[in-house]
Amino acid sequence: MISPLSATDESQINPPSPEQPFVVGSVETPVGRVAQVSSTLTWRDRWGTVKARWGVGRMDYTVEPGLYALGNPDSQSHVLVTANYKMSFDRLRETLSGRDVWLLVLDTKGINVWCAAGKGTFGTEELVRRIALSGLSKVVSHRELILPQLSGPGVAAHQVKKFSGFRVHYGPIRASDLTAYLEAGLKATPEMRLKTFSLRERLALIPIEIVAAFKVSLLILITFFLLGGLGGPDEYWTNAMNYGLFAVVATLSAIVAGAVLTPILLPILPGRAFSLKGCIVGVVVALTLLIVRNPDLALWPGRLEMAAWLLLVPALAAYLAMNFTGASTYTSLSGVKKEMQTALPLQIGAGVAGLGLWLVSRFIA
Amino acid sequence: MENMIYLKDVVTLNLNEEKCIGCGMCIEVCPHAVIGMNGAERARIQKRDACMECGACSCNCPTEAISVQSGVGCAAAIINTLLGRSDSPCCGPPDSYEKSSCEQSDSRGKTSCC
Repeated sequence: MISPLSATDESQINPPSPEQPFVVGSVETPVGRVAQVSSTLTWRDRWGTVKARWGVGRMDYTVEPGLYALGNPDSQSHVLVTANYKMSFDRLRETLSGRDVWLLVLDTKGINVWCAAGKGTFGTEELVRRIALSGLSKVVSHRELILPQLSGPGVAAHQVKKFSGFRVHYGPIRASDLTAYLEAGLKATPEMRLKTFSLRERLALIPIEIVAAFKVSLLILITFFLLGGLGGPDEYWTNAMNYGLFAVVATLSAIVAGAVLTPILLPILPGRAFSLKGCIVGVVVALTLLIVRNPDLALWPGRLEMAAWLLLVPALAAYLAMNFTGASTYTSLSGVKKEMQTALPLQIGAGVAGLGLWLVSRFIA
Repeated sequence: MENMIYLKDVVTLNLNEEKCIGCGMCIEVCPHAVIGMNGAERARIQKRDACMECGACSCNCPTEAISVQSGVGCAAAIINTLLGRSDSPCCGPPDSYEKSSCEQSDSRGKTSCC
């Protein structure tokens, strides 16, 4: 059972620091001064978003949890709840420009709303606790909260009502629909309730996929290059610049196939399983590479090298595409498990076979 | 969005129409319009294969009429858990990919949610 802190005990009230760069002033309330935030994003805020998209400081991109004022809200103003991932917070304050509202920021450990809801940090318990810690029931006279719809997996509206007295309204999925939602008297259209996965949304996720793939494959790239020098008809570095460099180019192409092209082409690629979509792109990319490479297919080293990359590139592309399920907005856990049962053994099998063939091709050359 | 449907016939979503009181909360929280109203009294599952098992509907159902084995459909999180690693490139620690927060909190007895 949740034991809500007594909201009447003012020693419990824990306001966020006014020293944060987006705080521009304060608003007097019955529980003391509440930090007032700007609704204008600075170049530093925007640069922060770019860095987070590329994985720089992404796990520590936070605002302090607690209650904030946007504009000059009073006891009648709406209360909007969000996560303490700075990108979530920035989107919200930017879209509410010109309004007078309260922002209640939950401690989601710097994770966005949807992921945090899935993990439970954006949940009933934290919400009820944060309502008490902020003294919200003294700041506003009504008992209504507006939550992002995507917090639904973590928050049980009926339990929030039971433990805090506040009624939860699920607002739209996208912050950009908030103005229309507020003006319609807290009514969302069916479109506002649908999570899309548009090209623009997919493009925004590609940088972090590339960064993740590179972190894992850097060592592999170096190894491939150095192994490429072994065996072969010429001296070590000539071989490395030939077979090793091609291995590096082929691996990078597989990353592009799985982590860039597959996400971009996702809806038009055949099949439903992400690994199948990635495999198809991988085969096309591998064939293109080999046409450019034009190995001597009259001899075994050339044949084996070709076979190796026809296995390795699609396997790696399929694996990376499969991992994009985590970034997608519509894959179910049951589905991903089913997909992995078939796809993962095939990926590992093709990877091991391809690697073996390539090594053999190096030593018989 | 027609092509944005994942694998067929895998979803664990269930609606017990006997328990449903037609409050519509599940319809409000579902990001894929999986559930619709069947008349004014009851909800019904209208697009089962569009369900991503996020668990928002079951979490917000006041009568426990909806059940779903919820979790995050993320291959990397599943692999990390299989390998016993705690860092996931998806959404931080994959500690709860198997179960939504809602049900997990319940099993720990911290909240009586769901």
